[in-house]
Amino acid sequence: MTKDACKKLVIDIISDIAPDEDLSGIKPEIRLRDQLQLDSMDFLDIVMELRKRHGIEVPEADYGHLASLESCADYLTPKFPDAAKA
Amino acid sequence: MNDSRYEVAIIGAGMSGLAAGIRLAHFGKKVCIFERHNAPGGLNSFYSFAGRKYDVGLHAMTNYVPPGVKGTPLGKLLRQLRIDREEFALCPQKQSRIAFGPRGETSLRFTNDFAVLEAEVAARFPAQIDGWRGLVQTVRAYDDVSLDAQPVSAREVVGRHLTDPLLTDMIFCPLMYYGSAQERDMEFGQFVIMFKALFLEGFARPFEGVRLILRVLLEKYRAAGGERRMKCGVAKIIEHEGRAARLILDNGDEIAADQVISSAGFAETMRLCEPAHLAEAGQNTGALSFIETISVLNRPPAALGWSDDTIVFFNDSERFDYARPADQVDLRSGVVCLPNNFDFAGAELPEGIFRVTCLANFDRWASLPETVYQADKQRWFAAATRSARRFLPAADDGALAAATITTDMFTPRTIRKFTGHLNGAIYGAPNKIRHGRTHLKNLFLCGTDQGFLGIVGAMLSGISMANYHVLQGGAPR
Ligand SMILES: Cc1cc2nc3c(=O)[nH]c(=O)nc-3n(C[C@H](O)[C@H](O)[C@H](O)COP(=O)(O)OP(=O)(O)OC[C@H]3O[C@@H](n4cnc5c(N)ncnc54)[C@H](O)[C@@H]3O)c2cc1C
Repeated sequence: MTKDACKKLVIDIISDIAPDEDLSGIKPEIRLRDQLQLDSMDFLDIVMELRKRHGIEVPEADYGHLASLESCADYLTPKFPDAAKA
Repeated sequence: MNDSRYEVAIIGAGMSGLAAGIRLAHFGKKVCIFERHNAPGGLNSFYSFAGRKYDVGLHAMTNYVPPGVKGTPLGKLLRQLRIDREEFALCPQKQSRIAFGPRGETSLRFTNDFAVLEAEVAARFPAQIDGWRGLVQTVRAYDDVSLDAQPVSAREVVGRHLTDPLLTDMIFCPLMYYGSAQERDMEFGQFVIMFKALFLEGFARPFEGVRLILRVLLEKYRAAGGERRMKCGVAKIIEHEGRAARLILDNGDEIAADQVISSAGFAETMRLCEPAHLAEAGQNTGALSFIETISVLNRPPAALGWSDDTIVFFNDSERFDYARPADQVDLRSGVVCLPNNFDFAGAELPEGIFRVTCLANFDRWASLPETVYQADKQRWFAAATRSARRFLPAADDGALAAATITTDMFTPRTIRKFTGHLNGAIYGAPNKIRHGRTHLKNLFLCGTDQGFLGIVGAMLSGISMANYHVLQGGAPR
């Protein structure tokens, strides 16, 4: 899993949760909240979809790592099962 | 063979139970909805009678906002249930009115554009407009999603802004009719929810009516892997060591579930418990019920001169009195719905519909022998429609009679029978249980008695209770 692939998976999730958001111009370093209208219910859904689709657990203490696309990728990429092989 | 063990059992396939079910099934929970009736939808359902389809609830779906408006309840619920806005195919209202006085002399028009209502208030109640703006500001600033806010009287808060009793009553009337389980007053948080739902947001419906909404929900639930057992009521919840240990179904089968979510109502759920909690149930049982008349017409209401109004909230008494009437029906106030008067973008409903809702007294209907019941239905049908027509443009009696193909009517007795709500109480218990917890660790409430009312409210309630108590494990906020 590369960081770019990880970003794409996160974007896939967001586009399913919030199909009414335009995700084409997202800036990776800027907080998702500042570019998209996502509330706490939506962020919880991102966490739950990560668990459902990829078996990744994000403990509540780590929610802060999901703030931007870049920080998501930093935090999540090593958690994917194939990270060791990559 | 049916399974007898679930991670979550949901009591009731109404709007809230279905929404909770979709969330849980989507996230992989083994979930089953148990519904006593053969049709889903609960208070908002549909039926066929003499070859004709009728909607039960649904005057209008509240909380309508145009595409692109985000962060409101409608958008939240669509996202949470992974429903595309187009699937609901919502058509906005034309206009609605609040009409007070013996002939509706004072009238406030409102549409899905809030500026219209504000201009009407300014024109009819110029001395109140500053107070009105202050009230709107307070409403906008209020945190209405808090699950543990202290209850405050809405009459008291509104009284700080509006001093004219007529304007005050006119504002309360629609909000109470569409969402108050309390007589004469509302909890301010509930007032805010309803004010936003009706005035700041608005009304819409799918062309096909409530059937479409239910079809979408059922399909999502099925696709997510949820199970559903119809004609399969829950007769008892067996308690053991502070937990709902087993459910006994109407057919005698036993079910075990790690968690149980009930949309049957607070008092109704307390009575299902074994041992039953009758004292708690008795202290929090609703008293407000309605009748509704339905006239099916062979032409659109516009042909009778009723072309503008979608919904009309009316009252002719000195002070608006939202309470259980002493008589079988209170004819002084009510709600008219003309479903043809949504903007269906050129399409026309196949028949004209004229509906009237009034407050009613459950006890006065419940005890009647069948023949008297039928005769009383006819008598009150005529009286309610006559009363409501005072607030619509004059239409000829003969023309209306000639246009009427058939009629139907439901009473508090019908509501009790089809939804199980004690006292036929549409909006359930007067004291809502916002956090949804009960005396049993793994039994939770959703829907009407959790406190989010209406179609959109019920769905949001199911979503938030499923999220909070099951998916997030009741973690402290
Ligand atoms: C005439 C009328 C008009 C309305 N108009 C509108 C409107 O225009 N707009 C709007 O937004 N809202 C409207 N409402 C309100 C709206 O319908 C309700 O707020 C909403 O549907 C409540 O959903 P719920 O899931 O909480 O409860 P319910 O719909 O009551 O669902 C509970 C379900 O549980 C089932 N059940 C009960 N006990 C058991 C048991 N022991 N075992 C198994 N199943 C059980 C019942 O059969 C029912 O299906 C209207 C209601 C009525 C009655």
